[in-house]
Amino acid sequence: MMKSYLASTVAAAVLALGLSSASAQVAADPAAKQGGSITITYKDDVATLDPAIGYDWQNWSMIKSLFDGLMDYEPGTTNLVPDLAESYDISEDGQTFTFKLRKGVKFHNGREMTAEDVKYSIDRVVNPETQSPGQGFFASIKGYDEAAEGKAEGVSGITVVDPHTIKFELTRPDATFLHVMAINFSHVVPKEEVEKHGADFGKNPVGTGAFKLGEWTLGQRVVFERNPDYWNKGLPHLDSITFEIGQEPIVALLRLQNGEIDIPGDGIPPAKFQEVMNDPEQKARVVEGGQLHTGYLTMNVNIPPFDNVKVRQAVNMAINKERIVQLINNRAVPANQPLPFSMPGYDKDYKGYPYDVAKAKELLAEAGLDGGIETDLYVMNTDPNPRIAQGIQQDLAAIGIRANIQALAQANVIAAGGEKEGAPMIWSGGMAWIADFPDPSNFYGPILGCGGAVPGGWNWSWYCNADLDKKAQEADSIVDPARAEERNKMWGEIYVKIMEDAPWAPIFSEQRFTLKSTRMGGADNLYVDPVHIPVNYDHVYVNDVQ
Amino acid sequence: MISYLGRRLIQSVLILLGVSLITFALLYLLPADPVRQIAGRSATPATVESIRRQLGLDQPFLVQYGRYLLSLLQGDLGRSYIQRSEVSQLIVARLPPTLLLMAGAIVFELVIGLTMGLIAAVRRGTRTDQSLMVVSFVGVSAPQFVVGLLLLYAFAVKLGWFPIGGYGTFSHLVLPSLTVAVMSSGWYARMMRSSMIDVLRQDYIRTARAKGLGRTAVLLRHALPNAILPIIAMIGIDIGILMGGIVVVESVFGWPGIGQLVWQAIQRVDIPIIMGVTLVSALAIVLGNLLADIIAPLIDPRIKLR
Repeated sequence: MMKSYLASTVAAAVLALGLSSASAQVAADPAAKQGGSITITYKDDVATLDPAIGYDWQNWSMIKSLFDGLMDYEPGTTNLVPDLAESYDISEDGQTFTFKLRKGVKFHNGREMTAEDVKYSIDRVVNPETQSPGQGFFASIKGYDEAAEGKAEGVSGITVVDPHTIKFELTRPDATFLHVMAINFSHVVPKEEVEKHGADFGKNPVGTGAFKLGEWTLGQRVVFERNPDYWNKGLPHLDSITFEIGQEPIVALLRLQNGEIDIPGDGIPPAKFQEVMNDPEQKARVVEGGQLHTGYLTMNVNIPPFDNVKVRQAVNMAINKERIVQLINNRAVPANQPLPFSMPGYDKDYKGYPYDVAKAKELLAEAGLDGGIETDLYVMNTDPNPRIAQGIQQDLAAIGIRANIQALAQANVIAAGGEKEGAPMIWSGGMAWIADFPDPSNFYGPILGCGGAVPGGWNWSWYCNADLDKKAQEADSIVDPARAEERNKMWGEIYVKIMEDAPWAPIFSEQRFTLKSTRMGGADNLYVDPVHIPVNYDHVYVNDVQ
Repeated sequence: MISYLGRRLIQSVLILLGVSLITFALLYLLPADPVRQIAGRSATPATVESIRRQLGLDQPFLVQYGRYLLSLLQGDLGRSYIQRSEVSQLIVARLPPTLLLMAGAIVFELVIGLTMGLIAAVRRGTRTDQSLMVVSFVGVSAPQFVVGLLLLYAFAVKLGWFPIGGYGTFSHLVLPSLTVAVMSSGWYARMMRSSMIDVLRQDYIRTARAKGLGRTAVLLRHALPNAILPIIAMIGIDIGILMGGIVVVESVFGWPGIGQLVWQAIQRVDIPIIMGVTLVSALAIVLGNLLADIIAPLIDPRIKLR
């Protein structure tokens, strides 16, 4: 019997004993105060709260508070723990995952959640009629293809063993499967409510989560109320959360300073960042944390001169990343490889390409291109991205590459990147990859693997290395937790190998800065939770209640 | 009159059809692919194609437009690609705030514009006149985003007289409608000034003064009603200009109207919402113009409808 490779302390202890993983439920903070309400603002509408559909960074963690999955993460960390599952078993070959469900878990409508609901929820996401953006995450389950094409009713590899046991059979060993069981797309929904509301389920969400939907006034506000029957007793701490929608970040900041709101969900507006950080009183209420994000410059390997690896390496050496980080008020740290530094598998010993203009010019000369190059740099047209592109443009000019900036709406940049010979260079800002789950594999497939180098794909450099694809598959078939280090190392090597071919120039990893009101309590890492962004709604609390 | 109305109604329907065709074509030609927005970044090409087929976006342009028109005729604006809700529902929820904002803006632009124009006309050629006209010029040219933020900062943040953005009470309405009104009140001030100057030159004004009426009485009772007439007819046409400003102002003040809805939809290529809001706004403009044409002969009998 094998177990999750993840470094969860509880899971690790269980592993040492050679048992099945036991209930490792996340406990409530004993110092937390119960009650009170908070207000959070967002600029954009909450599009939907349907876990099968929602894929915005803003509704992602809202959905996590209304619904639960079989797995979750310890608050403020990337450590996997069972959630709706009480325990799980992984077969020797890494292809069968069996979950024992927690008993007595109720949906907000009062009905008890069973294994049937888990199967229904995943079948629904895979069903093409749901048009779920998360369909592909379940591709390793047996019977996925037939179900995804609409040829079969449900995914045949998912079996309800009894009301509290569910079994997943996979077509290949998949080390990321427990993460997949933690993403929103596998969160459990009640069939009767989905059928009752149809496409409007996203506006009438019913789950098992810590909060339930209280009120939704379109375009104005969404109110979450405490679920008194939540299975994890002691949670959540807050009685209610009001999300006010349609508020510009700058207005939200003014209202926070005025004591009207508790967390500006879109963060500190760039133009005000310095002002806030220079004020000791406000700075004390800012929580800084890492983010599973990398901002990168893609170079399309189909378009000359970027078909020449020397040119791509030269670009990597020409960019002064320190200076670009300064352009955004040091809200990031320079990157030298695709993985962000807080991701398992990040190679600390890899030094990357140094900033070396002379060497870069030399490489261009070797490529026979010292006469100068004219090309296009695509960028999303919202601040600070055009400014960053200008920084890159200046650095490239210094080695004789004249990059014309094409600042376009997000959707247009994405469209150009998805064409084989669409965009020579793209600065990823505003569209950059933020991991779906904290695993090194998540930075490969769609953005650097052959699978993403297709029309409409996200591999904008169109880099496709069959050897690396094979190695990636090899790494992901290491399900044995004892070999987790080995697997992470393999992934690290894959990314270093990619850097030799240099389809990207990684520029920086963004840091998160969450500003909160003085009354907010709870550990700092709840406010920069790597999974619940911007904050972990279930665990934060307010200090001014008795 | 009846035949005139009939003709205008047919024209209006044709205009709306034209607007729908042009908007639909522009959105069709857009390089951005709505299916990719729905499918998200993790979707496989198979998923993308399946969604494209289900939404009928793999069909040729005319088929797509024909289908849209057909459901439009049945009063169906479709479902939002991103929100998955009925577009009509989303618009209905957001229409009252926009109408309220528009009403507030019309009141402000008339009060401010007409007063400024009146004073400028009476003090024609003086410093007052010149400075008022400079102010109106600044009002017309100032970007509404900036005006909104300035008003917000001065009156809400610093002075605390009004709430900082949001929607709900009368005091929430003041700053956003004032912001929308700033631009058009500049126009009204200039129109009022020249209209008033025209009227003041007329013989009957001189007669009124000659028979011994006071200056104020002449201005308010004789000159003002005549000077205002041509301007009232402008309000209907104004709706189109206001619509443009409302998109910006709604996002600055967090005003939950259709401007904000369409602004967000544009970012995500949510075609059904963009189409829906465009058609509703076009309808408002067409109706506004129609109303202006109908009102004009009622207030000025010299105008005849044919």
